[in-house]
Amino acid sequence: MELSTNTNKLVSEDERQHPTETIQYIVIRLGDEQYGIDIRNIETITRMQHITRVPKMPPYLKGVINLRGVVIPVMSIRLRMNLAADEITKTTRIIVLKLAEEGNVGFLVDEVKEVVSLNSDDIEKIADNNKEGRTNLINAVGKHNGELISLFDLNAISLEG
Amino acid sequence: MDVSQYLEIFLDETKEHLQNLNTRILELETDPENSDTINEIFRAAHSLKGMAGTMGYKRMQNLTHDMENVFSEVRNGTIKVMPEMIDVLFQCLDALEEYTDNIQSSADEGTNENEQLIKKLNDILKGESGDGAGSGAEPKKTEETGQASRPSGETGENKWDQIPLDSTQISVLREAMKQGKKVYGINVMVQESCILKAARAFLVFKAVEELAEIIVSDPSAQDVEDEKFDRDFTLIVLSDSDLDSIVHAAENVSEIEKATGAPLVLENNKSVAAEDKAEAEEKAEESEKPAAAPVAPAKADAPKPVATAPAAASAAAPPAAAKAADHKKQAPAKPVVNRTVRVDIEKLDALMNLVSELIIAKNSLVSSANAGQEQQTSGATHNSFNEQIEYLESVTTNLHESVMKVRMVPIESVVNKFPRMIRDLSKKLDKKMELYMTGEETELDRTVVDEIGDPLMHLLRNAADHGLESAELRAQRGKPAVGSIFLDAYQDGNNVVIEVRDDGNGIDVEAVRNKAIERGTITPEQAVNMTDKEIINLLFLPSFSTAKQVTDVSGRGVGLDVVKSKIESLSGEVEVKSKLGEGSTWTIRLPLTLAIIQALMVVVGDEKYAISLGSIQTLEDIPASDIKLVQNKEVIHLRGNVIPLIRLNQVLDVESKRSEEDNLIVVIVKKGDKMAGFVIDELIGQQEIVIKTLGKYIKQCKFISGATILGDGEIALILDANALI
Repeated sequence: MELSTNTNKLVSEDERQHPTETIQYIVIRLGDEQYGIDIRNIETITRMQHITRVPKMPPYLKGVINLRGVVIPVMSIRLRMNLAADEITKTTRIIVLKLAEEGNVGFLVDEVKEVVSLNSDDIEKIADNNKEGRTNLINAVGKHNGELISLFDLNAISLEG
Repeated sequence: MDVSQYLEIFLDETKEHLQNLNTRILELETDPENSDTINEIFRAAHSLKGMAGTMGYKRMQNLTHDMENVFSEVRNGTIKVMPEMIDVLFQCLDALEEYTDNIQSSADEGTNENEQLIKKLNDILKGESGDGAGSGAEPKKTEETGQASRPSGETGENKWDQIPLDSTQISVLREAMKQGKKVYGINVMVQESCILKAARAFLVFKAVEELAEIIVSDPSAQDVEDEKFDRDFTLIVLSDSDLDSIVHAAENVSEIEKATGAPLVLENNKSVAAEDKAEAEEKAEESEKPAAAPVAPAKADAPKPVATAPAAASAAAPPAAAKAADHKKQAPAKPVVNRTVRVDIEKLDALMNLVSELIIAKNSLVSSANAGQEQQTSGATHNSFNEQIEYLESVTTNLHESVMKVRMVPIESVVNKFPRMIRDLSKKLDKKMELYMTGEETELDRTVVDEIGDPLMHLLRNAADHGLESAELRAQRGKPAVGSIFLDAYQDGNNVVIEVRDDGNGIDVEAVRNKAIERGTITPEQAVNMTDKEIINLLFLPSFSTAKQVTDVSGRGVGLDVVKSKIESLSGEVEVKSKLGEGSTWTIRLPLTLAIIQALMVVVGDEKYAISLGSIQTLEDIPASDIKLVQNKEVIHLRGNVIPLIRLNQVLDVESKRSEEDNLIVVIVKKGDKMAGFVIDELIGQQEIVIKTLGKYIKQCKFISGATILGDGEIALILDANALI
């Protein structure tokens, strides 16, 4: 409890120092690339578990899992973005997002790496580039310690789901 | 006073009373002499009036008041029950229902005064026909108020002139008069027999406050609330309305003998005369000591409102009013009325018992855990531990069941309104008909019961309107003149079946067929091949129901698609059987409860699926050689039925684990008259499962109706057999 209040204070102090907005992102890995998801949209992150297949679904909808008594659909971001199919390893995680309209949805990711804070200065919006289907889901790129992090546009994910 | 906390109870009880009235008045119509019924009606109307009054719903109160008057006369035998009167009464009930609906949605009764109805009621009282123009029978009340207010003006010595006023109050009054507001003095006399004077007085305060601002009351408001007054109290009010309406409002409260009032002349007031002396800066109400006002003799004999007399005896005690708090603060709170379930005490007791058992089980577990720590090696503790877990298991299962039962309510609450509806339809359509209901006590999940009303109403209307023939046609066909409509409800396994049946014309299949071809719904070639049943099922298509012409030809099709979709949204199904000239039967099948079902767990490939037990007929072990091909489809011949086979592994896109030569495990399912055999790999067994939705993402899959979580935390999908057949 104390810890969290401390961090809250830190965040607010941070904000006072920087007039620009700071958003925390969870950094995940898909293959060799890093992606960021706005932490405010994340319900929970769970280890890989058995996914119950649902027949007659598009391939990227892997099925459903039981998250503490609630049935949650899980999809593969890799398949959504036309990447190679997921390889389940020890580091594979299911990130459960809470979406306003659709309720909770899980996403398979190769690894969850860290949490980073990005200033809006560090974020560059990218124009819609439909050449490859994959860029549809990405609407910005963040710079962090000299690395680039592609940021997911959660609206796009939820809309097409 | 804030009565919003009682709103829920009020609404509940009002609805109950209204329903009761509906039923009783229907009874009265067939048996006008039954004194029990009349008494019951009188009581219900009286309670309604009392409740409405307590809650401050004046219009509602007025209407019930006049209804009560009529019933009271009927009870005394001065008025005979006549068909016109019944009609008027039903209209009154409709009006009351409208008030109730308004209150439910906005905590306000609305502004409809229903003067017409009140007038009709008064006409009945005067022995005139309810529908008569009766221009001479102006509402009594205006006369009353006219008389009530007149005499007071005549006497110079009025009670309100004796109220001590302090200087602030006097200046307020003077200021208001300057602004053109009217200042009245009002004296209210409570009936001698009145038991809850404070409550009645509170209602008067409330009524007056709607029209005027109360500046002074004598005795003080606090004293009035505490019942520290004799039989009358006096008010000085500021208002824009005219005196008559205020006096009328006060007098309309039951058990008020009379109210008198007159414009206040400040100079007549004793305190004003002595204003120079009285300059104390005390706060308004505290300073007011009732100046031992001599009980002024009634100035004129204003006629009592007719109904207050019989009402007095059984005063509907408004407990709320008695503790009237700060009545000057009007609380316009708009509470959202929650949906409630009334629960049978027995069910609650069962729940309570289970919870206590649960606690015992928990305690035993705790103690065996403690014992385990002390003597870890002992195998005995392990055994008792298992025992306790088994015990716990059985308790939780029962607990679950009981909680589910609490959600169950009899469909009575829905079907009760139908006799009245049929009666109205009978008048409107000018057809004689009778509704026979059975199984009203059948219980269903509350959510289902709430939703089932409209579809049923639709079907009943259809039966009454289009199903039953005209009197002439019935006579020709040798049917009894009075058409019969049946509504039967009963439980059938895990389902509840509701049947709407009529002995009318039935569905003209040929007409539907022709119409369908004409409308292009089906081709003539298709039409030839379609069975009558399939044709009738066309009626449920949305395109069909919107077509008015179809209604003209076949007499069916109004909103049947709505009925169907509603029932399907409740995981139920509807089917119709009809015989031309003999009538039709609409059968609605609903799951007992939506949240939990009995299911058969099966394995297909390496996946587990649940099939609702409700749709399963039998399980069969069929040798592969028994499979026959009909039109290139696999069927089996089973006890005289040819049943098409559906290989679930193909439907579900999984590899079957069984080889071609193995015997087949076939689950025979039934949907209405249709049967099908699901070929599965393995049976697990019967299990009670809790239905979970799959969420919005996964809705494309028609034959998966949901998911359930198994004991090991794994998810199994629920197959919707109906969608597969």
